[in-house]
Amino acid sequence: MYNNLKILYHQGKQFIPDVTTALLPGIFRGRPIISKAIVNENDLLQTCPVNAISINPVTIDLGKCTFCGECAMRFPEKIEFTTDYKLSTNVRESLVIKEGEDKPVIINSAVVRSEIHSLFGRSLKLRQVSAGGDNSCEWELNAANNVQFDMGRFGIEFVASPRHADGIVITGPITENMAEPLQICYDAVPHPKIIILVGTDAISGGIFAGSKALNRSFLDKYSVDLFIPGNPAHPLTIINGLLGLTRKLK
Amino acid sequence: MHYLTIQNNQSVPVSEIPEISYNAFLVLNTGMMVENSGRHCANYFGYPEAGAIKLICCIADDEDHLIHLSSCVADTNMELASFTAKLPCFEKFEREIHENFGIHYTDHPWLKPVRFAYNRADSDKGIADYPFYSIDSEELHEVGVGPIHAGVIEPGHFRFICNGEQILHLEIQLGYQHRGIEKLFLEKDQLNQLSTLAENIAGDTTAGHTTAFVHAWESLCGFKTTRDIDFVRTLALELERIAVHTGDLSAVCTDIAYQLGSSVFGRLRTPIVNFMQEWCGNRLSKGLIRPGQNKFPFTQALANRLSEVLDIFETDFIEMNKELFDLPSALSRFERTGVVSTLDATSIGVVGMAARTCGMPRDIRMSHPHSLYPELNHEPVVKHHGDVYSRVQIRKHEVQQSILHIRNLISNLPDVHERVEMGKPRAGLFAISLVEGWRGEICHCAVTGQQGELIHYKIKDPSFHNWLALALAVRNNEISDFPVCNKSFNLSYCGHDL
Repeated sequence: MYNNLKILYHQGKQFIPDVTTALLPGIFRGRPIISKAIVNENDLLQTCPVNAISINPVTIDLGKCTFCGECAMRFPEKIEFTTDYKLSTNVRESLVIKEGEDKPVIINSAVVRSEIHSLFGRSLKLRQVSAGGDNSCEWELNAANNVQFDMGRFGIEFVASPRHADGIVITGPITENMAEPLQICYDAVPHPKIIILVGTDAISGGIFAGSKALNRSFLDKYSVDLFIPGNPAHPLTIINGLLGLTRKLK
Repeated sequence: MHYLTIQNNQSVPVSEIPEISYNAFLVLNTGMMVENSGRHCANYFGYPEAGAIKLICCIADDEDHLIHLSSCVADTNMELASFTAKLPCFEKFEREIHENFGIHYTDHPWLKPVRFAYNRADSDKGIADYPFYSIDSEELHEVGVGPIHAGVIEPGHFRFICNGEQILHLEIQLGYQHRGIEKLFLEKDQLNQLSTLAENIAGDTTAGHTTAFVHAWESLCGFKTTRDIDFVRTLALELERIAVHTGDLSAVCTDIAYQLGSSVFGRLRTPIVNFMQEWCGNRLSKGLIRPGQNKFPFTQALANRLSEVLDIFETDFIEMNKELFDLPSALSRFERTGVVSTLDATSIGVVGMAARTCGMPRDIRMSHPHSLYPELNHEPVVKHHGDVYSRVQIRKHEVQQSILHIRNLISNLPDVHERVEMGKPRAGLFAISLVEGWRGEICHCAVTGQQGELIHYKIKDPSFHNWLALALAVRNNEISDFPVCNKSFNLSYCGHDL
């Protein structure tokens, strides 16, 4: 008992007081800024392993980007990754960053279904489904629940049963072998329900896009309520995304 | 000589690997292991060649630091005697060959699908048709768990046969995570795509798998790494070990409902992965390791920062461990739970941490050292009881050992070398790369064709060997102890399913 108290005292307060303004130390590859500098566009296209870069105008699709930073390293005058971790959005097109723009990625509350704010604004229970995920986004989703990021303080939790859930969180590129279990799980969640994609693999297939072992037809059937990019998504990206979707931030 | 002997990270022309008849191949490889318990099968796989299947077997000798290669050509319509009938450690390798190419083994005791790969030989049956072992009994019942589990983890199906609360048998069915990675290695043609693929094999072992890939690639190209490149990889591997082991201690505490341990170990992982991000921009070291280059040189400032992080970490880590290992209610859940006997572990060919908790000093860092491990003089931590307690305890010791290794490493920072052009993979080669990830032995094998293009890429995660150990460990345990047994192994689903 005495030792337990000692440990508690030594650990002190671990939680990040404000997860919406916390700063990340060192380098972090968050939202990129693309300058108007002229570079060899063919070389630029070649540097990207996942075809996230397009030209005329130069754009980076964060739904495809693996945040490896290769392009910024080769063309520092053209591309710079900032430490801005607020990358989540409910509009797929908002993930496409254009050259000459330095605008935050936002969640457009005008197109958020009205019941999401009213029903899930104070309590959101989610069922996570890993469908070919490489355990990195799963790891970061768990981290979002630890005592530091402490997502539970906002009433957002992961639950075991889809019957208790308000929506599903999908990680991974959705393999053929997980397509049916995913559908069964989604069907078991009561209405109204939401779908959230976490990580580049889930949003576009990432490096696995085009593999014959995938079956992404689930995503053709339903509309997605939130895209949380990253490889893996940072816990702060996840929490800010969920907060942005479910409550009207001042 | 019917086999060719090479060292870790060496490449040889495929044509130099002796090709012998299947019977000689079987006698040679099983014989090599029966004679010597210090040998194990590092990899055994097949690939299509001129209408037949070329089989290559790699037996690693832990004592003399060598790898023995032999090969054989088999027809898909042949019926073969299995290695497994003699040595159970080959069971999954042969199941994989059977599943992928339809080669039939006459005396394999458990010839079931491994992962329902999309390019399997028999595509009539899908993952829902897996042939589970079952017992027709009124006293016994079956419990099915998964593929989707209660927590935020990967999918896999566990089928228990229980007598009341007691587990008699567990069968683990995997394959849900199959993304076709090995085929993608052949389909993608840019090096940065291959590196990205390698770091997405298993996100919790990013440093491990990426290091295995770059070693294999550099070996194919004949590229000699400089000290600074090796330094980065060694450091990343040890940091990954600390981070995951600490996270596992947290998860084990969660499974025995010990809140304080769960919270403290859970939060202790953060400074380690955050340091990783400070250094290379990603908490799981994605983007750090690339063939032939040192993308994020480790500076003196980073070394000072890491030393500071480790000092604070270590104090808290030791304090929490002392409390955990003095706690009777925790120990009673760990001790004699989920035992794997040394005999079983040897016979099924367990690797890595799971092997070291059964008294086997199996560790690539010592037996086939790569990067800067030769100068660290690594000596594996070995435990003997093979139970959850041993598997929890080894994590504590290995974390402390990794801290020592890191302090050693950062006391002597390497000079950053100019980047040297790496060249392209040479034609007709076979390369093997063994890396000790935090879970255990990772093995990547690559074969190049006439133009130096990859014609086969084989990945083996330690989980490929170790899932069977979990199935054996839970026998005769209470089903309520399954979570803590499972977490004490913490095996990879995606690393297995590929």
